[in-house]
Amino acid sequence: MTNLQVITLVSVGAHPTSGRPRRAEQDARAVELGLRLAGEHLQVLHAGDAESEALRSYLGMGLGELGVLQQSAADDALPVLADYLSGCGAQLVLTGTQAETGEGSGMLPYLLAERLGWPLVVGLVEVEQVDHGIAQVLQALPRGQRRRLRVRLPFLASVDNAAPVARQSAFGPARRGNLEALPAAAQADPLLTAAQFQPARPRPKRLKVIKAKTGAERMKAATAKAAGGSGQVLKDVSPEAGAEAIFNLLIEEGVLR
Amino acid sequence: MSDLIRRDPRAEWIARNRLHPLHAATQPAVASWLSAAGVLRKNPHAVGFIGPNGVKRIDRSGAQQGGAAKRSTASAVVQLPLHVIEQPAFYIAVVPDMVGGRLSAHDKDLLGLAHKLAGSDGAVVAVIFGEHKESTFDCNGVDRLLQFADDAFDGYAPEARVLALGAVERQLAPRHWLLPDSRSGGGELGRRLAAKLGERPATRVWQVADGMASGRAGAGREDLVQRAPRLILAAVECAEPVSETRHEVRPLALSEALVSHLPRIQDLGAVAVDPAQIPMAEAEFILSGGNGVKDWALFHQAAAALGATEGASRVAVDDGFMGRERQVGASGIWVTARVYVAVGISGAIQHLQGIGACDKVVAINIDPTCDMIKRADLSVIGESAAILQALIKRVAAHRQGGARDAA
Ligand SMILES: Cc1cc2nc3c(=O)[nH]c(=O)nc-3n(C[C@H](O)[C@H](O)[C@H](O)COP(=O)(O)OP(=O)(O)OC[C@H]3O[C@@H](n4cnc5c(N)ncnc54)[C@H](O)[C@@H]3O)c2cc1C
Repeated sequence: MTNLQVITLVSVGAHPTSGRPRRAEQDARAVELGLRLAGEHLQVLHAGDAESEALRSYLGMGLGELGVLQQSAADDALPVLADYLSGCGAQLVLTGTQAETGEGSGMLPYLLAERLGWPLVVGLVEVEQVDHGIAQVLQALPRGQRRRLRVRLPFLASVDNAAPVARQSAFGPARRGNLEALPAAAQADPLLTAAQFQPARPRPKRLKVIKAKTGAERMKAATAKAAGGSGQVLKDVSPEAGAEAIFNLLIEEGVLR
Repeated sequence: MSDLIRRDPRAEWIARNRLHPLHAATQPAVASWLSAAGVLRKNPHAVGFIGPNGVKRIDRSGAQQGGAAKRSTASAVVQLPLHVIEQPAFYIAVVPDMVGGRLSAHDKDLLGLAHKLAGSDGAVVAVIFGEHKESTFDCNGVDRLLQFADDAFDGYAPEARVLALGAVERQLAPRHWLLPDSRSGGGELGRRLAAKLGERPATRVWQVADGMASGRAGAGREDLVQRAPRLILAAVECAEPVSETRHEVRPLALSEALVSHLPRIQDLGAVAVDPAQIPMAEAEFILSGGNGVKDWALFHQAAAALGATEGASRVAVDDGFMGRERQVGASGIWVTARVYVAVGISGAIQHLQGIGACDKVVAINIDPTCDMIKRADLSVIGESAAILQALIKRVAAHRQGGARDAA
């Protein structure tokens, strides 16, 4: 699959406690997946500031260079990326699910796919095979499940925490790599004028409100053990009949595959 | 409490026998009546009742209790008032996740939020795809139900679903679209819909108050506060679920037929994953063994046959039959499985705490009085080994039957 044209889009992340700039966790996984698919032909792209030091930690994963579409923090990354991608002949574009800085709405892959008219696969974990312009991929589902999909090239895929863990970033290659500034026509993001960022407020903890009218009911609600009675109890049945009942429940819940 | 009417034959006999010394006491104490002359007569002694300490009490709140001995208890189920929206001024559309065909806690919170936004003249429409097993739409605030039961929506069909939601948008033009910002479908569908409609959504919203939506931004260190947009992807506990009203759940249909389309993403079905690799906290289906499991080889065999992730009670772990990382409960892992099968586990409170978030609990136990059975939705009383063996056989028969059908 080394002849696959893969581009990974990366952003600058923020450390969850200190807030210091770093490589974004999911974007690094997208780079990892790209490296596994395309090896050294992987192209990595960032829309932002080419001076940003945090970008070097992507280079430290073994990339020769990283293209940067030059724009400021208040600009919208979507139009420049869409312009670039529509003309570059990529077959697979990988992104993270959600940025760690800024709005972090996770809309970018969806909007890019809509603009480019490409299909979007959410939660890509593996590209199993590609032939005749059709890729067979694995998608991550909640609860550790996987789904196999078939999708036409070119397509866009977002990567979440189920994707393979990113390799470490080495210091030497990070210094040696090249951050290449590409020209881009930046546009300001209208959101930043309409909305405001605030330090995250801790969310109120939900209280267990007991809507009891009388003291006896409140007492019962406070002391009652697991409510009984609603469950079905099969007593004095043969093991086969019991197993049949359990089996039917498993089938009904759809957990038996 | 039961609704049985309890008869007291002795009291009935005394009431019939006017010569009995207690006869007068059994007569209903009438506090006031109209005499033959048309005058209102009152018996002041008949007012009130004798309290638990033998002291006469007069309850002036109007709801006098204990007067005439009530022989049957009032029915405990109180009907909640019905909230009817005949002509909705506008719609609030909610697309719940319906994991396993039922409303999840997240969906219920979302319906609560929708209800807050709908106020008294908007109607909350729930848009669901495929079959459902939910019976409590009415108590969770669904005024209208729009169900797409086509099999084009089965499996993974985000593009078809977005098209259908686009048709809903054209017909109802809802004031707000609310979707759960979850991993189980809502987050993806909502963003696809946003891209299709060209609406900029507010994501990870945890509060909507006074027309302003607050959502987490970035990695969660900041909040983004903006005017509530049309499309809101809300986090869990974004609002209190509806609890005080019942709703009509009136079915709603689309007037335009859905155009069929060629999906660009084809679903080839779920892939078998090794259940042992799935982290316990996330596993969907857990078979858990306790002190009542005597044959551990059989237990592992059953887990493999069912395709379930294995769990254990503390006793099983302490005795060395299972690894510490498999312990379910207060000092182990809090699991969120949809189906939890407890084999030979008594249901100590420390264990029950760990399975508080599970949907369906099945107990296999020899003791019909143990606490696990009070928690379980289905309990089978019997010897664990025999039942596990029968279960393995039943599943094997099912698999073979399935293979024969497919062939
Ligand atoms: C601080 C503290 C923390 C704890 N934390 C945890 C925790 O995180 N997780 C946890 O699990 N426990 C925990 N415990 C222990 C907990 O209190 C119980 O002791 C434990 O859960 C009991 O495990 P059990 O149900 O497997 O065993 P038992 O209580 O011995 O129950 C065995 C059950 O198997 C049934 N049985 C016996 N033979 C058969 C048979 N042949 N077929 C079918 N059924 C049979 C019996 O009827 C009985 O109901 C904790 C205790 C303390 C004090």
